[in-house]
Amino acid sequence: MENLNEKEQDVMLKESSILDAKLERRSFLQFAGAGAAIVALTAAGCRKDRPITPASGVTLDFKDDFGVLNYAYALEQLEAAFYVQVASAPPSAFTQVQKNYFQDVQFHEIAHREFFKKALGTAAIGSLSVDFSSIDFTSATSVLAAAQAFEDLGVAAYNGAGVRLKDTGYLVIAGQIVSVEARHAAWVRDQISNGTFADLASLSALGADNANGLDGALTPDKVLAIAGKYVKTKINVINL
Amino acid sequence: MNIVNILEEIEKVDGEIYERLSPRRAAMKDFFNVGKKISLAALPLALGSMFQKAYGQSNPTNVNEVLNFALTLEYLEYHFYNHALTNSTIAFPTPASNAAITTIRNHELAHVNLLKGALGAAAVTPFVDADFDFTGAATFGTAFADVFSNYATFLKVATAFEDTGVRAYKGQAPVLKGMPVLTTALQIHSVEARHASHLRQMAAAAGLPLKPWISNITNGNDTGISQVDAVYAGEQNTMIAGVEITGINGTAVTKTQAAESFDEFLTGSAVKTIANIFIKTRKLS
Repeated sequence: MENLNEKEQDVMLKESSILDAKLERRSFLQFAGAGAAIVALTAAGCRKDRPITPASGVTLDFKDDFGVLNYAYALEQLEAAFYVQVASAPPSAFTQVQKNYFQDVQFHEIAHREFFKKALGTAAIGSLSVDFSSIDFTSATSVLAAAQAFEDLGVAAYNGAGVRLKDTGYLVIAGQIVSVEARHAAWVRDQISNGTFADLASLSALGADNANGLDGALTPDKVLAIAGKYVKTKINVINL
Repeated sequence: MNIVNILEEIEKVDGEIYERLSPRRAAMKDFFNVGKKISLAALPLALGSMFQKAYGQSNPTNVNEVLNFALTLEYLEYHFYNHALTNSTIAFPTPASNAAITTIRNHELAHVNLLKGALGAAAVTPFVDADFDFTGAATFGTAFADVFSNYATFLKVATAFEDTGVRAYKGQAPVLKGMPVLTTALQIHSVEARHASHLRQMAAAAGLPLKPWISNITNGNDTGISQVDAVYAGEQNTMIAGVEITGINGTAVTKTQAAESFDEFLTGSAVKTIANIFIKTRKLS
């Protein structure tokens, strides 16, 4: 019954957002396309049964799109925290171009993080505490290696999570982010070793398939197991 | 709903929308004359048919159509790079630049074979090199005439192809929603984005003012090559699902960084229009 009510509420919200005339381009073009006819809803406040965050950490509940979006939010928090630290005191060995681009990447990740925070509203998980003790922020080699790990993992995470999304709008947005992460990944890899921008053979642990020209793709449990090294906050996963 | 608002939104990605949509068209008349509230279910159909008429091309609507559409784009890319590597007078400045194009060519071939295999008997008849005119002469005249003799021109076209490919896969994702094949499509999509990033770095090394990511400029086209405006239409967008990314939540995210941080998709129709510039025979419809 509650589900039904929620569905009805959703439909009403969608109708009103369409008829209220301020259709944003993305949703609109989905209408113009012959297939999808779902408006991305950013109103996250219509959930009555938000999981209670245990004191021991945050919970990602994958039973619906909010779980996937919170998962992305967690990863973006991690990436943003890393790049904020890099950009605030870049390794002295970095060139000016590298410093500038890391500045850019920092703000791209902040933009992603804040977008999820805003889109999720009251459904958003809290802030994660990070553990970057394994990274030497004075060393260009260490910073680049960590950046590569974060970006390649981020790409594999979005690639593996896309199929879980039920809302077309969110799926498109995930696609809009992942290609930017892939651009970062390629650039960082080229800083380490020019020409390794899409060295898929080296990404097989992340689910890449070099023979078929496929990038990494991992399920959330596998991604979080890898990312766990950099997170102090306990991340509980349910309904995966 | 306010159709004028919608048209204004479209104008941002397609400056010629008003030429395409003459108010004398029956479709438009029907649209403006709808007296009663259009139901949610009918709206996509009404708009869809209107734009189908305006753009004269359709979006793929099912999995096989999407995969064949992707396969055609992969043929275009594969033959383009293969031509550059095996049948051109391009002077690659370094072994690394030649190796990078070889890597990309090999990925496109892998994508062709993968999609062909997935489609089986439903796959389009293979495209061959002769099916394409990589200078786009019918549309661009001599602008890219030296694509296979001038390294810089080659990089310009290559970058435009990759950035188009990235936007094309993004635009088709909704059709594959929730299906295992979506994951495969996303895995190709991010490889294309890696290619685009590297080609942009190669272009920068060759003197074009490009970043690895698509930066912000009024019409979205950060390459400064007017011929490829359509490839970048809308990339200047900083509004995601109604949320303005510039300065979001009081952060210092600039307009440029906001535009860079989210790539945009292209509709199937828009991609077909771009691809058809380079397809001589068997154009996409």
